[in-house]
Amino acid sequence: MWRWLHPYAKPEATFALTQKLIPWFAVPGLVLVIVSLVWGLAFAPPDYQQGESYRIIFVHVPSAMWAMGFYVGMAIAGVIALVWQIRTAELAILAIAPVGAMLTFISLFTGAIWGQPMWGTWWVWDARLTAQLILLFLYLGVMALYVAFEDERAGAKAASILAIVGVINIPIIHYSVYWWNTLHQKSTVTRAITRLEAPSIAPEMLWPLLVSILAMLLVCAALVLMRLNNEILRREIHRPWALQHLGIHFATADNKKEKGDADAV
Amino acid sequence: MNPRRKKRLIMTSSILVGAAFATGLVLYALSQNIDLFYTPTEIVQGKGDNEVKPEVGQRLRVGGLVVPGSVRREGSGLTVAFNLIDVGPAEITVEYEGILPDLFREGQGIVAQGILVAPNRLQASEVLARHDEEYMPPGLAEALKGIEHVPPSQQNYNQNNDNQSNDKNNGAEEEGSGGGYDR
Repeated sequence: MWRWLHPYAKPEATFALTQKLIPWFAVPGLVLVIVSLVWGLAFAPPDYQQGESYRIIFVHVPSAMWAMGFYVGMAIAGVIALVWQIRTAELAILAIAPVGAMLTFISLFTGAIWGQPMWGTWWVWDARLTAQLILLFLYLGVMALYVAFEDERAGAKAASILAIVGVINIPIIHYSVYWWNTLHQKSTVTRAITRLEAPSIAPEMLWPLLVSILAMLLVCAALVLMRLNNEILRREIHRPWALQHLGIHFATADNKKEKGDADAV
Repeated sequence: MNPRRKKRLIMTSSILVGAAFATGLVLYALSQNIDLFYTPTEIVQGKGDNEVKPEVGQRLRVGGLVVPGSVRREGSGLTVAFNLIDVGPAEITVEYEGILPDLFREGQGIVAQGILVAPNRLQASEVLARHDEEYMPPGLAEALKGIEHVPPSQQNYNQNNDNQSNDKNNGAEEEGSGGGYDR
């Protein structure tokens, strides 16, 4: 059933694939970031009650959304790492966690500087904001647990378990604004997608928002792939394919490591 | 799938299911307490199955829509009073001295934190504005919902709660209710 996936258990195959994929994510991602920001910040109309301040939505929503999305991705990698014990999946956790943590931080930070002028407060302990803060701690916990063990694979196992258990927080974040009364408003994008006939955002604002969401995904996916590549290369630096990739054909057993490290930097 | 992988898959799934179940129970037990604020109805009629009413002197938050026409300024200072309502008919009067957030508007969703000084009166120390998930250009908002947002600093609220001169705005806002407050 999973026959086409099997080759990628081999780090070398994954490396070759991601190496090919990176430009396909990075280039459109960067172009779309510029398009969506210029579109959203300069050309989209101001909001009727929030005026120009609402424009931070073009950063806040994509980062909050993909902070959750990448966490789910990390948890899936965690399941693969635990059940099939595939090394590349363990490295994927390591690659995703800092990117996801950064996204979560951006969403909390932009939320705070949006909340201050609009709500009148930087922070309030409502269900949505608190759950998102827990997401940041989960990311940091996964990162810390990964390196907390003498044996790296033991650390990867512990981090996988935390990543999997933490996935419970994701529906809580999403539904917090529906289950409880919160200061945070309900989801605009979910409604725009699920109730096409009655979106709660004007189309000339929705389109740049959707583009910015796509742009954030592409850029962060490129970042994850680059990190994954680096982690694979760092661990496989003694293998012939890695040396070949780095352009070291003549390395002898003695100076292999030294040279490899210098080139990797 | 080979038996060892199968065993690990079952173990991983059971950890997840167990943790989800535990979290679900905790959230269910705390569900009353996770709410950020009381609604006016909950304060007047009591909250939950036991209809627990908050006591006078309790510190709490109340959230609801500003009743159109209920905003009054005391003198020329920063003291302001207004009523909050949710599904009705219960209303809570909020008294507040300070600067109102820019989003404050009659019909807007507001969360006020303070001390309950009477069963339906809150002395607020902080007033926060809620906004809904709706975003639209000013022209569309006026055409669609009849809302023209004016920040409270530029709004002239009547001092004696007689809202004749504000009627043009208020009538429309009553239906528009831009606060996104629905349960």
